[in-house]
Amino acid sequence: MRVPALDPSPPQHAIAVETLGMTMRFGSFTALKDVSIRIPAGSFHVLLGENGAGKSTLVKCMMGFYKPTSGQMTVDGREVAVPDPRAAHDLGLGMVYQHFTLVPSLTAAENLVISRKDVPARIDWEKERADLAAFMTRMPFSVPLDVPVGRLAAGEKQKLELLKQLYLGRRFLILDEPTSVLTPAEADELLGMVRGLTTDGTLTCLMISHKFREVTAFADEVSVLRRGEHVGGGKVADLSTAEMAAMMIGEKELVRPAARLAVNGKPVMTVSGAKAADRSGLKTIEIGDLKVKSGEIVGLAGISGNGQMELMEILSGQRPLMEGAIKVCGLPFHATRSEARQFNVRYLPEEPLRNACAPKMSVAENIFFRDFDFAGGKPKFWLNGRRMAELAARLVGEYKVKTASLATPIAALSGGNVQRAVLSRELNGAVDLLLIANPCFGLDFSAVAEIRTRIMAARNAGAAVLLISEDLDEILELSDRILVMSEGRIVFETPAAGADIGEIGKHMAGHH
Amino acid sequence: MSMQHAERTASAAVRAGFLSEATARRIETAILPLAALLAGMIAFSIFLAFLGKPPLDFYLLVYKAGFGTAFSWTNTLARAAPLLLAALCVALPARLGLVIIGGEGAIVLGGVAAGAVATLMPGLPGPAGILLMALAGALVGGLWIGGVGALRHLRGVNETIASLLMAYVAIALMNHLVEGLLRDPASLNKPSTAPLPAAWRIGEIPGLGVHWGLAVGILGCILSWVLIERTTWGFAARIVGGNLRAARIQGLPAGRLVIGFTALGGAFAGLAGMFEVAAVHGSANASLAAGYGYTGILIAFLARHNGLAIVPAAILLAGLEASSGLIQRRMALPDATVLVLEGMVFIAILLSDTFQDRLKFLSFLERRQK
Repeated sequence: MRVPALDPSPPQHAIAVETLGMTMRFGSFTALKDVSIRIPAGSFHVLLGENGAGKSTLVKCMMGFYKPTSGQMTVDGREVAVPDPRAAHDLGLGMVYQHFTLVPSLTAAENLVISRKDVPARIDWEKERADLAAFMTRMPFSVPLDVPVGRLAAGEKQKLELLKQLYLGRRFLILDEPTSVLTPAEADELLGMVRGLTTDGTLTCLMISHKFREVTAFADEVSVLRRGEHVGGGKVADLSTAEMAAMMIGEKELVRPAARLAVNGKPVMTVSGAKAADRSGLKTIEIGDLKVKSGEIVGLAGISGNGQMELMEILSGQRPLMEGAIKVCGLPFHATRSEARQFNVRYLPEEPLRNACAPKMSVAENIFFRDFDFAGGKPKFWLNGRRMAELAARLVGEYKVKTASLATPIAALSGGNVQRAVLSRELNGAVDLLLIANPCFGLDFSAVAEIRTRIMAARNAGAAVLLISEDLDEILELSDRILVMSEGRIVFETPAAGADIGEIGKHMAGHH
Repeated sequence: MSMQHAERTASAAVRAGFLSEATARRIETAILPLAALLAGMIAFSIFLAFLGKPPLDFYLLVYKAGFGTAFSWTNTLARAAPLLLAALCVALPARLGLVIIGGEGAIVLGGVAAGAVATLMPGLPGPAGILLMALAGALVGGLWIGGVGALRHLRGVNETIASLLMAYVAIALMNHLVEGLLRDPASLNKPSTAPLPAAWRIGEIPGLGVHWGLAVGILGCILSWVLIERTTWGFAARIVGGNLRAARIQGLPAGRLVIGFTALGGAFAGLAGMFEVAAVHGSANASLAAGYGYTGILIAFLARHNGLAIVPAAILLAGLEASSGLIQRRMALPDATVLVLEGMVFIAILLSDTFQDRLKFLSFLERRQK
């Protein structure tokens, strides 16, 4: 399988890249310390490390976004200077980011064509469309070419990002957690394809990943970074996952998920016959019957863009129902602030900084969002600064939120600490119903383990938990009961104990 | 036991850090607009130098005309009164993330409402008349800017453009009413509403020579600060301004807050118009559109939308505008010169926002505390 050569200047074969003594300092902080990594042509190399280990810094130095404090880089054995990303692209280096780089208002076809360096002033769309169609037939998956990218789901956008790099003829590809929004089957397909491209010598790949399964199944070699240093690595065949995990996290002890207690609860939330428009306004979301009992975690699996986010919006009162009803403890629920308080309903939306925090307000203020207007059973008119400081100090301590101070704007915290702060706010006090979406997206190892432990603890304390997640491992680890959502409907249900992963995957992929 | 103790010490340390970083942030918040003001003044000096006018003379004249004598202070403070209220019309919605620049419309209509009350029921005794005028001015101003907030919330109409265009509508409406329905036939070359009964005129604050609008303006600033910083309503409004999605998922009534705070800002501006009529002009006429609403925008930004900081900012700008006449006469500079300075300061203020959290020398404050 070959990628069409659209730009004659980049090399036509996989290229070898090597970093020599790469060091990057930001002021007094050393983000990267003397890192030398050799990635031979045609290899599939994985960069492992916790958040903040320096993986992003390293690849940003390689791509010319940062100018390293010291160190060199060679491409095909020749020393090269990469002063900016354009120079990296000219050398055939490309990158797929965690965050999307597509223009949301343009279609996939337009995004692909304008990303090329040689776009003519007048674009012959008929010819471009024919070329694109031919290109897409050679790819193992496709995306709708004529829909504005803003309307595509995250998973589809990620596929398009990858297609774009292949379309641009890049020969050394850095993938930054490319599968975090894909189903296992899609991920396997994607990585299998990348693997195919590397073994036939078309492409060299450097992938940042947290998933050992992907490393062992697809990669040739790993390099492990910890606190900016290259602490080990080698051929994947010679390493066990336990060895890789030990290199990655060092001496630290991981928090184990709390034991699952048997709680025989009553239904807390019931959704029946609910119908609402989806984000595109073209399709409907229909939830016939969804019950969550106290003391159980219901995991809702599904590929992104199959109505999970709309469901979260329905349950948090941000998307009006056309039909049907939501009941909590047998009473109609419209997700107002007073109802949420009365029934102890808490929300953990995905991307907490974007959806659950005011980024410029302080950590203390953000922690106070839920309690500021109510205390001792009475609504409050005056804001109590001391109550805020005391609550924040206690919760920051209990949840080990790492922050310079309580007055720091919450946007200055790392992703894991933002999520810890939000968790501390939402899990404080009695919780009867907890609605969660993708709580661990983009977080490192130990933060993930800790946050899952907290969720399990809330369940054991009797909360009814609905966990909407695109991470199937997370669903399998936490759930008592698993539901699969596909095309706006709940299409499959199974107890988590003894669940058949193949069956779940099949339903996620739309085979019912 | 020891773990509990350690935890308590840790939280005490964090709390100590809270104070020091809060202080550092407060200093930064004060330094940035002051530096912007200075930068704008320096840029304006260069502009003056190109015109062949000595910048130092200019600033000395501003000082003399705005703040040099008891008379100039009286003049400055009288101008500050409507500016304080006009700035609140920008600052309050700004805390909810809305940029309202059409306060001028609420001022004008507030003044017309006061004039209309006087025309319709001139028989009322003085205090009742004043109260009624104030209520009418605040109500009309509140409806006008609250309407902008409602358009924003319910229909997604851009509040900046809507408020600006509605200010033009308001001025046209004023002209229509003052030259038609509400016109006093005795007002010949300057169409106005009927003169207010003598008992309805608002007098001066004893010993200051400035009308009571100044006191009301300062009170309005203090109350707005308390509302925003010290009440749960203000906190809810700041959450809406900080992130609408987060406010919604917390179940906060974003719509009511947006409409309520824009209406409150408009009510303050309407009150400014009422004071212009009842304390300065004696009737509603085209003098109401004096540009206070636009100067209020600069004041609110200079004060970073903080109610208490609006007071000095408004007095500063009032002094600058009060000196305009003297500058024209003494330096032979055109009337628009002060606007050029205001524009340069405004650009510098907008630029200064990009330096937020980047003042390196302040970080030592935090470190020393640790």
